[in-house]
Amino acid sequence: MIETDLPALSIADLQSLLRRREVSSREVIDILRKRIAAVDSGLGAYLSLDVEAALKEAEHANVDLPLGGIPIAIKDIINVMGQPCTCASKILNGYRAAYNATVIQKLRAAGAIPFGKTNLDEFAMGSSTENSALKSTRNPWDLSRVPGGSSGGSAAAVAADEAFGALGSDTGGSIRQPAALCGVVGLKPTYGRVSRFGLVAFASSLDQIGPVTKTVRDAALIMNVIAGQDPQDSTSLNETVPEYTASLGKDLRGIRLGLPKEYMIEGIDPQVRDAINAAVKQLNSVGADIVDVSLPSTEYAVAVYYIIATAEASANLARFDGVRYGYRAENPKDVLDLYGRTREEGFGSEVKRRVILGTYVLSSGYYDAYYLRAQKVRELIRRDFAKAFEKVDALISPTSPIAAFKLGERVADPLQMYLADIFTIAANLAGICGISVPCGFAELDGHRLPIGLQLLGKTLDEPRILQIAHAYEQSTDWHKTRPPLAANLPKA
Amino acid sequence: MAGTSDLDVAYVARLARLNLTEDEAQIFQKQLDDVLKYAEKLRQLDVTGVDAAAHALPVFNVFRDDSPRDWFTAEQALSNAPRQANGLFVVPKVVE
Repeated sequence: MIETDLPALSIADLQSLLRRREVSSREVIDILRKRIAAVDSGLGAYLSLDVEAALKEAEHANVDLPLGGIPIAIKDIINVMGQPCTCASKILNGYRAAYNATVIQKLRAAGAIPFGKTNLDEFAMGSSTENSALKSTRNPWDLSRVPGGSSGGSAAAVAADEAFGALGSDTGGSIRQPAALCGVVGLKPTYGRVSRFGLVAFASSLDQIGPVTKTVRDAALIMNVIAGQDPQDSTSLNETVPEYTASLGKDLRGIRLGLPKEYMIEGIDPQVRDAINAAVKQLNSVGADIVDVSLPSTEYAVAVYYIIATAEASANLARFDGVRYGYRAENPKDVLDLYGRTREEGFGSEVKRRVILGTYVLSSGYYDAYYLRAQKVRELIRRDFAKAFEKVDALISPTSPIAAFKLGERVADPLQMYLADIFTIAANLAGICGISVPCGFAELDGHRLPIGLQLLGKTLDEPRILQIAHAYEQSTDWHKTRPPLAANLPKA
Repeated sequence: MAGTSDLDVAYVARLARLNLTEDEAQIFQKQLDDVLKYAEKLRQLDVTGVDAAAHALPVFNVFRDDSPRDWFTAEQALSNAPRQANGLFVVPKVVE
């Protein structure tokens, strides 16, 4: 094994090498560190990296554990004790996590080594990682373009072989959309499948932690470890955790896939549309039946989402007041001045916009018209899915209507940015699971830009969407194509 | 500063304990007016008799044993405090 090839390995392949003792976990950390040092100055996927701590953990790695000795990058909104947890916000500058998220405890118990905190849109609010107050992250396929968001750092790191796998969080598509734009796999589990304890809350009824990986099998391997009920999260589901790798490799005969007719909207890039149509044919040719279905409330999903998510965010972000942790404005004249200026100086524009919108839709006189009505339409969206799933095993759509766009291209118009979340947000509103897998490329300005296929599954039906995604992946070569990163990077 | 919706950004920002500059308030007013105008489409739907879904998968009566366990020491809880003294968070005077 030559050093330069090792970072390109999947988790499953790295695991075999480690178990055959052909490489040690310490060597893996060291090689990965060098890879990050070589490429991350041009990419900006990581916000912090504690090499010493990782090397120390690697020394005691038990490679026979499920993820023994394998480094996993962590979105910087998940608490890893002793490490920074900035949420890419100035308001948490200097903060060090005082405890571990449940997913971190579970990763460690399975032998994995949390290594590196990845960039994101501030408090996970955004679809391009451009809302990070700390750093811009670029798309490894074209450095002038965004990696998607909000888990843009996690997706870029995995795509650029700066991580074997990563954790992200998904409130309205924040795992699946950057995975699609960077050409990797991203899974949003069913709401409650993975504990949110230690995930800094954005919208508590929508947030879920999930894996970002190079292959579908790797996503299943991480799910095996992080899923499960947690006494620290009362919304986590008390349901048995299956072996997520068990359904992989089963053929698709008898599987019925639904094509929601409302998802074939104008505004889908023609190259994305072609790629999805080809993927549907491919799935059909490997055994799945394709059925037309209807999700009539689709056109309301974006509006519902931006009311519910901002309402919850305005309440969750009230804790950032400059008193117990994080940034505090200097020389406050009284306590209201302390709150007002701390939040003015600590929060970025998108966070402020959402706090204001969320406060408004919850305020007296407007609650019924906006928040309560949005919750009722949320119920209609949930029923749409329940009805569709009476006919089919999973639904197919593009993950994003467009491939990666240029940095700065969309920042001035928040509504347009929100509308691009159309295919991903309904899954969070309905609580169901979804996965994005690479399904082709768009050609733009001489660059190949990845396109993602989204599969949505029933509540707790992760094994099924993993099975379908795996069958699709194994019948194509998309996941084997790596970004031409070296050629794009500035010379050292 | 009224826009096209009922939202008064400057007023709501005060409710949210969030100071804004004049410029920010103006930009947000325009942008959020657009978002609220878009959200008006929710009024088209008949939601009579539909229950509000606060959660997609609500779970009820989640209990666990009320047993003591180790958690933060005072020192750990204060480890990120912007200002502290005598094991307490220091804030500006609240009560006259």
